[in-house]
Parts: sequence; structure tokens; C-alpha cells
Amino acid sequence: MKTIVFKLVTVFVLLGLAPLVLSLFHLNLLSEILILAIFALSLNILVGFTGLVSLGHAAFFGIGAYTAGLVSLNLSNNLLVSMGASIIVSIITAAIIGAFCMRVSGFYFLMLTLAFSQMIYSFIYQSTNITGGSNGLSGIPNAVLSGFEFSNAVYVFYIVLLVFLATYAILGIIVKSPFGQVLIGIRENELRVKATGYNTSVYKYVAFVLAGAFGGLSGSLYTYFNGFIAPSDVYWTMSGNVLIMVLIGGSGTMLGPVLGAALFVILETVVSSYTDSWMLIVGSVFIIFVIFFPKGIVGIGQSLMRLAKKRKLKYDAKRKSKAA
Amino acid sequence: MELIGAQLVNAVAYGLLLFIITCGLTLVFGILGVLNLAHGSFYMFSAYIAYSITETYTQSFWLALFVAPMVVGLIALVVEITLLRPTYHLGQLSQVLLTFGLAYIFNDIAPVIWGSDVLSIKVPSVLSGSVTIFEQKFPVYRFAVIGIGIAIAILLWMVQNKTKWGAIIRAGLSDKEMVSALGINIKLVFTSVFIIGGVLAAFGGVVAAPILGIYPSMEFQTLILALVVLVIGGLGSVAGTLVASLLVGIVETFSRFLAPEISMFLIFGLMAVILVLKPNGLLGKKVV
Amino acid sequence: MVEDKILTISGIGKSFGGLTILKDISLEVEKGERIGIIGPNGAGKTTFFNLLVGDIKPTHGKIFHYNKNITKQPNYLRAQNGIARTFQKNNLLNELSVLENLLLVLQRRQGYGHKWFNRREEKQYPDLYLKAYELLETWGLSHRREVIVKSLSYGEQRQIEILLGIASDPSILLLDEPTAGMSQSETNYIVKLLYGLPRELTLMVIEHDLDVVFGLADRMVVLNDGEVLTVGEPDTVRKDERVNKIYIGTGDED
Repeated sequence: MKTIVFKLVTVFVLLGLAPLVLSLFHLNLLSEILILAIFALSLNILVGFTGLVSLGHAAFFGIGAYTAGLVSLNLSNNLLVSMGASIIVSIITAAIIGAFCMRVSGFYFLMLTLAFSQMIYSFIYQSTNITGGSNGLSGIPNAVLSGFEFSNAVYVFYIVLLVFLATYAILGIIVKSPFGQVLIGIRENELRVKATGYNTSVYKYVAFVLAGAFGGLSGSLYTYFNGFIAPSDVYWTMSGNVLIMVLIGGSGTMLGPVLGAALFVILETVVSSYTDSWMLIVGSVFIIFVIFFPKGIVGIGQSLMRLAKKRKLKYDAKRKSKAA
Repeated sequence: MELIGAQLVNAVAYGLLLFIITCGLTLVFGILGVLNLAHGSFYMFSAYIAYSITETYTQSFWLALFVAPMVVGLIALVVEITLLRPTYHLGQLSQVLLTFGLAYIFNDIAPVIWGSDVLSIKVPSVLSGSVTIFEQKFPVYRFAVIGIGIAIAILLWMVQNKTKWGAIIRAGLSDKEMVSALGINIKLVFTSVFIIGGVLAAFGGVVAAPILGIYPSMEFQTLILALVVLVIGGLGSVAGTLVASLLVGIVETFSRFLAPEISMFLIFGLMAVILVLKPNGLLGKKVV
Repeated sequence: MVEDKILTISGIGKSFGGLTILKDISLEVEKGERIGIIGPNGAGKTTFFNLLVGDIKPTHGKIFHYNKNITKQPNYLRAQNGIARTFQKNNLLNELSVLENLLLVLQRRQGYGHKWFNRREEKQYPDLYLKAYELLETWGLSHRREVIVKSLSYGEQRQIEILLGIASDPSILLLDEPTAGMSQSETNYIVKLLYGLPRELTLMVIEHDLDVVFGLADRMVVLNDGEVLTVGEPDTVRKDERVNKIYIGTGDED
């Protein structure tokens, strides 16, 4: 436990120095990466650890974002109030959607999550007088915490960083816990886990709600970061993007979704300065990963390390035999 | 009362349109085990190709109705041979992801070729008028769509139940190992079914274009409705798909007309209720 | 009397569509009894097990565990209540290590399955790990502890399959062809382990190796065509002409 705290503090200090080094543009890029990394980590609970491929995770991102925005606009722009509301509404929504989605598995799960997220999208899109419809929700006041206003990019970056580290630590513990091991068991062989005496439906349901809660949390951060929400943040492409981040980074690992989010955002920024056909590029990259690197960036890293180890062993053996 | 009649014709036409499109999806899903998320893209490409044909080369809707599905069938052939066939060993989930990547790619290619404006195809002159039944006007084209839908339903039913090919497909739906045990070239079956799936989507795309219009990202609206139909109807049953298509068509059309704000809600609500009551769809078999 | 029997099966049957797999099976099982189940392929033996553990629901009939009607109880609850099974085909968590497979079973038995906010590691759960090491030691698998299951030999995987069944500390263990596909020496090893199981553990064993099952069982159930052909002591059943006819008649080997 001590080493984890130490690691977290180190990362916090290192990343905490970012505002001193980075330009505003790059700092914002980093904030966006961290927010999407939380989003990807939340989806990874389902896809990577439980083996449930959801194509509708944007629903929770959107619900979190819109809840934070609406609460800030209409009730209170206290950070804890709006963030808390986002998480609670996301949990409730996930509990309802999950009750239906848990009845099915495999492709049906994928289809149902996609369908439910589109349902939420269409609700947001059509409820013009609440959500601003296609114009999006704008004029959201800055978040405030006990008199302190998060009025610029640097302050927002620090909230994002804190929440990111907390999320990473919490989820990192959960997936290693006995509960998390049951989820992994379900991913590997649900029938066996059931035969062992676990009510797997309950475990999957909890995983779904957990993923929804953290998805909503990332959405609320996006609102503080952007000050504006567009319905496209709830669209299926957002669900697709986050799934792509998880799979490109390496599903079922903690680092993978973070790397995936980073690669995605950086690539998008670079590519979009040259061409509008960003989806074409990301689609192609994704296909290449699915075929050739199904374990993602983390998998590539692991293979390289193994290769290096083998080389070194061979090299050592050679030297030994020469010496002899 | 008059309005109900008109809406009912619209609803049935729309439902049968969904039927044509979903049939392709369910066939591919049933035989190949691949949920083709690029199915909507085939639908969209066909509509755009039909637009090009009717606007640029000839004025003939009928030629477009023939040529566009051919072109899309060719695209499907290329996709199956180059992308799906070499990756069957990766498992069905990976293949779904591949088709998802394809959907991304197609989504961007269409605006590059055809731009981002909303386009439409004119209804052929023979079908452009309206008929009066019980002192009420109905556009002829809707009836044509209904006719085409029924014709395709009958055709599919005939193929599935009366021909050797249908027997293979039925066998494939229930037991894939049996198909290969029968000494049938499973690769050929897969490729053919994928092409048929693409052609059905494409056919739907051309037929739908005069009614629904052509615009960027149109494919996902349709894909999602097709998925809903697939879930409601249940896998592996032409009859189930037909019933579900009509149901979704009717609910969608009437709710759009009566309560547009909640139309999508009603559709998904319908799906949720059916899933709770009949987890395998109205007429489907259990999906493992 | 229902109360005395650990398992009372009363007229259960199963049909799929129009096809009847099992007809009216009735059987009472005493606590600690070892029952061998034999019969040709397609006799419905595995279906019978699936009904007992709740993987499928019977078309008709009832099942009692002691005096509790468990006919409609889902499979995970039956497992929790001590009805464990092994699978005919190895059905393990292939990408995980032997230890991880075992821990998943043990953590439920010891009531840790829902703990979600601390890592599952030896420091946190010393008793859990101790139990796992003990079992691996007994089964001679200590040296395979960290090996990923899919890279084990078939025979070793088969051992793990049975070990997981026993690890859940059941009161009834249903073994579905424990020695299927094993070499003679591996079979002998497994048989030795099965003989060494505590006498109070009730066993039901489906087995094709008649020598194994006749030696192990107190009572034999012969299934044929979804029906109980005969029930009796091994010696009686061995001499039963009908049983011999089935086995010789079909030339059934596997």
C-alpha cells in the first residue's frame, strides 16, 4: 500500500509540474487525454476485465457531462455538488440500462448497449428546451469549491489530474481484488465461474454500474474542461472512439486505456491539421491493431520486452560458452 | 381516420424497407457469425451510387436499382475475401470490430466522393403520382415499396424453403459443423452469403433513397433500427424479421407522427419489453 | 424418508423440442454413498448431471437436496449449497494460472468473493493462500502453481478440473468421466486420488472405464436410452445380461 501511495505522489508531482513546462495548448491536450483516459478506464472494466463489449458507453459520458452542466447552470456550480450529481445520475441510468443488458450476452449485449446509448442521444438531441438540442449546452459557469473558482486551464488541469490518479488507484485495486478476479473469471469462462457458485449476473451488473459511474465522472470533468457540451459527445462515434482507445491501448490492463487515450488524442490532433478524414485514419489504424496487435500497445511492449530478454539470455549464454 | 390510413401505408412501406435491410444483416449474422456493423455503410453507399447514376449518367431509376446493388455486392466480395476470410481464426468478436473499423472508413469516404449536402433521388415517373382510394390520396411509390418488400419476402422464403441453397443456409443457421460435414465448400457459402447480405442492404438503400433522402452518417440511423429489428425478431428466422420489421415500422411511423419527441424512446422501449418477455426475440431461437 | 437422503430424484425427465433425452429418472442417494453411472453414448448421463446441478431445468419431476426442493434453484446456488461438478471436457480458466484457478474457488468458499477494495494477495489473505498451497501439495501440483493452465498437459488439466470440484468443499461431487482421454498411468493416479477422498463425501461418477467405476462405486446406475435400465451393487450389475448386451452390443468404447 505504501509503495502505491509513493508511486501516486511521484506521478502527481511529475505531472503536476506540467503547467510550468507546457504551453496552454499542450496543457489542454494533456487534460483531454487524462479525461478520456478515465473514460477509457471505465469502459475497460467491462470490455477488458469482464469480457462484455459495450458499444454504448458514450451514454454515461454524455449523462455525466450534461448533468454537470445542467446542475452548474440551474442549481449550484459547486464542484462537489455537480460532480456528485453526475455520478449519481450515471449510476441510476446504468442500473436501469444494466437490468436489460444483463439479460443477454455477446453480440446481443453489444447491440443493446448501442441501442440504449442512441436512445439517450436522441433524447438529448430532441429535448431542445432542456439540453439545447443540436446547439449543445453553453454558458456553463466555472466550477467553484469553497470560494475558489476553477477559472482557467491550469486549475482545471489539477482537478482532472487528481481525479485521474484517484480513479487509476481505485480501479487498480478493484481489478486486483477478489471481486475483480471474479470478473476476470467471467471473462475467461462464465460457465465455470457459475459452476463454482458465483451468481455471475450480479457481478456483471455491478461491473456495469461501476463502469457507468466512472464514465459519468469523466463526462463531468469534460464539462469543467470544455465549458460546453455538444450532443455529438453522446453519439455512437464517441462510444466507438472510447472502445477503440481501450483496444488499441490494450484491454484488460490498467495502463492500456491510458496509452490508448493518449495515442488517440495526439493522433487526432496531428492528423486533423492535414485532413478532414480523421475517421478514415482511425478506422484503418484500428483494423490494423485488431488483426496484427490484438493485445494493443501494451501487448506490443510486452512482446518487445520478452524479445529483449531472450536476446540477452542468448547473448549471455554465448559469452559464457566463449569464456569456457 | 384519413390520416391513419395514410400513415398506415407509410408504416408498412417503412417496415418492409427495414425488412429488406435487416434480412441481409440477419443472414450474415446467422451464417458467418459476424454482426456486420458495416451493413449500414453498404446501404449508404448504394444510395449514393444510385444518386450518381440517376443524376449523372442516365436518368433511369431502374438502372440504378440494378447497378448500385451490383457495385455494392462487389465491394462486399472484396471485403469478405480480403478482410474477413483471412481473419476467421481471430474469432467472431474481432471480426465485428473489423467491420466497425470499416464503418468508420466508409463513413469518411462517402463525403469525400459525394460531399456533405443532403441529396435525394427522384421517384421514377411511372411511380411518381398518387392513387385515390376511399377518397384519399396515396403516393404510388409507397405501394411500390410495399410490393417490392413482399416480393423479396416471398423470394427469400422460396429460396430458403424450396431450394438446395436454402437448405444449406437453414443448416448453417442451426448447425455450422453440419454444413462442412456435408462436404459443402464453407468458404464459398460464407462469401456468397456476405455478398447477398450486402446486395440486400444495397437494394434497400436505393429503394429508400427517394423517401428518406441521402446524407452523411445516414447509415447509422438505419443500422441501429436494423439491429433493433434483429433483436426483436430473433435470430435466424425470416418470419421473425418480417414481423419485427413491420412492428418497428408501425411504431416508428405513428410515434413520429403523434409524439415525435419520444419516437426513438418508444422503439427502444418496445425492444426492452420484448427482451424481458421473450429474450430470444419474437420468433427466434436461443443464441449462445 | 426424504429427510435422510442427501439427494432424492423423483421422476425427472428432459425433452428438447420433440426429442426426449431423459424419461422419468428416480433415484435416492445416501450421504457418503458412491454411485457409478454407466451407459452407452447418448444414454443421457451428462444431461442427468446437468439437471442435478441446475445447468438445465427438467421438463418434469423434482429434485430434493435433503428435504429441500431444489428443482428450480439456479446452478450457482446449488454449487453454494455443496453440489459441485466437474466437466466432461476440461472447462477451466485457460488463460489464468493454476493458483488463480484454485483461488477463485477457494475465495468463494471462504466468503471473500465479494471483497472489492483490497488486492487479493498473500499478505491480505494468508488463510486463503495457505489452503491453496495445501491442496496443491496434496495433489502433487505444487511445482505447477504459477503455470498458465492452457500450457499444462491434458492429464494435468484433467487433474485441475477434479481439484477445482473438490476445492469447493462440496457435500456431493458429480464427476463426469474423470479419466476421459487419460493414459493408463494418469488414470491410475486419478483413481488413487478418488479412492483417497473422504468417505463422507457423496460421489456420483460417470465413467466409461468400467474397471475404474466398478471398483469405486457402492452402487451402480445403468442408463440406456434416457431410462434407468437397472440399479444395483457392482457385482450384480456386472453379471446383468442386459448390461453386457448394451456394452457388447454397441461395441461402445468411448
